Amino acid sequence: METKRIIPCLDVRAGRVVKGTQFRDIRDAGDPVEMAAAYDREGADEIALFDIAASTEGRGTTLDVVRRVAAAISVPFNVGGGVRSVADVEALLEAGADKVSINTAAVERPELIREAAERFGRQRIVLSIDCRRRTGSGGELSWEVVVKGGTTPTGLDVIEWAMRAEELGAGELVLNSIDFDGTKQGYDNELNRRVKEAVRIPIVASGGAGTMEHLRDGFLVGRADAVLAASIFHFRQVEIRPLKEFLRQAGIPVRL
Amino acid sequence: MIAIIDYGMGNLRSVEKALTYVGAEAVITQDPAVLERAAGVILPGVGAFAQAMANLRAAGLIDPIHQALASGKPFLGICLGLQLLFETSEERFDDGPELPRGLGALRGRVRRFPDGLKVPQIGWNTLRFPKETRLFAGIEPGSHVYFVHSYYAEPADSSVTAAVTEYGIEYCSAVEVDNVMAVQFHPEKSSRVGLQILSNFAALCR
Repeated sequence: METKRIIPCLDVRAGRVVKGTQFRDIRDAGDPVEMAAAYDREGADEIALFDIAASTEGRGTTLDVVRRVAAAISVPFNVGGGVRSVADVEALLEAGADKVSINTAAVERPELIREAAERFGRQRIVLSIDCRRRTGSGGELSWEVVVKGGTTPTGLDVIEWAMRAEELGAGELVLNSIDFDGTKQGYDNELNRRVKEAVRIPIVASGGAGTMEHLRDGFLVGRADAVLAASIFHFRQVEIRPLKEFLRQAGIPVRL
Repeated sequence: MIAIIDYGMGNLRSVEKALTYVGAEAVITQDPAVLERAAGVILPGVGAFAQAMANLRAAGLIDPIHQALASGKPFLGICLGLQLLFETSEERFDDGPELPRGLGALRGRVRRFPDGLKVPQIGWNTLRFPKETRLFAGIEPGSHVYFVHSYYAEPADSSVTAAVTEYGIEYCSAVEVDNVMAVQFHPEKSSRVGLQILSNFAALCR
């Protein structure tokens, strides 16, 4: 049986792992290569790396970090941040990424998903969606796609965008809750469950996890195929081995 | 030295790095002379079956691969490299009367996962071992390894099967016959278990 995945995420700026709350108030958390290797040893099922300053700094630094992390781990490696073109995707795959996440550029030009999927295979193309809750005039809950690091609303509905992306060839979706990110209140399980019902590709819950129970509920309530978290792993609030034992006891299939 | 065959089917650096990590000397090569000198040969690959055969042919690698298989030196196919060892594959882009032909070192066909399953299979799944092999020495049954594939091999002779995995159906996820070994999963992406498998293979190459 296929297992549910635990994905520590390294948000990298200028070659260092950093962590902020709701994209602000950024703290240093360590060296990406050392941290990625440690997570692999401890049982992480995949490593994610996002270049959070990619649009303002040189791509060369990022590619170098990706190369060094790829050399230090032997689990799948998902890289994103500032990916604008098929050439950007190719450069990251060439540097050792197994999957590449596209975000803002796909909203601006959805065909990028199709072009990248046709060229490299859909299993390598991940769409990352920054999601913000909004309440309609009748009080109904929905989610809007926001871009550029959570700063710019698009008017696009998250569920519609997720379905469109699947059609275009995205192999997986990462759903980042802008509302819950950094709050340590748990994932936006309502968001994840609604998207999961609308698509067949795997979804990854992201933003808001503070405890092992939150990660468990990401699977049991949000129906995610994988859960992604950063600071709770970086600052050792949750360790991967005990987490997996806890999830296994909750009846969730995990790789031990 | 272990030769990793480069024929334009995917990034081979992770395989090379993993071998280096387990203490083996690895070289990425297209050169038949290097294959002949090598103590072991790895045929990796991701992508389409027919394209892979076309690339091997264009690079003049078909005969050198057959020579390596016949020489008795350890040979490891990875992912598409396992499928290419078989006679034919259902992975095709035309409706011609013939299925695309592989290397035919093992009898059997490469089949597509049945309809209704989520294809490709992408993720961690487990191994069961129907027989004792050198490749999986010291690996616990039920160990997890990382898969990315839409097709699987169906050997004509089930005694070649070294590992079985369940994904809607039970299928052959590894083979071992004398010096010829192959795995459908990616050992270079399978963390500790994958490194142990590569280490087992490297140990046979000394």
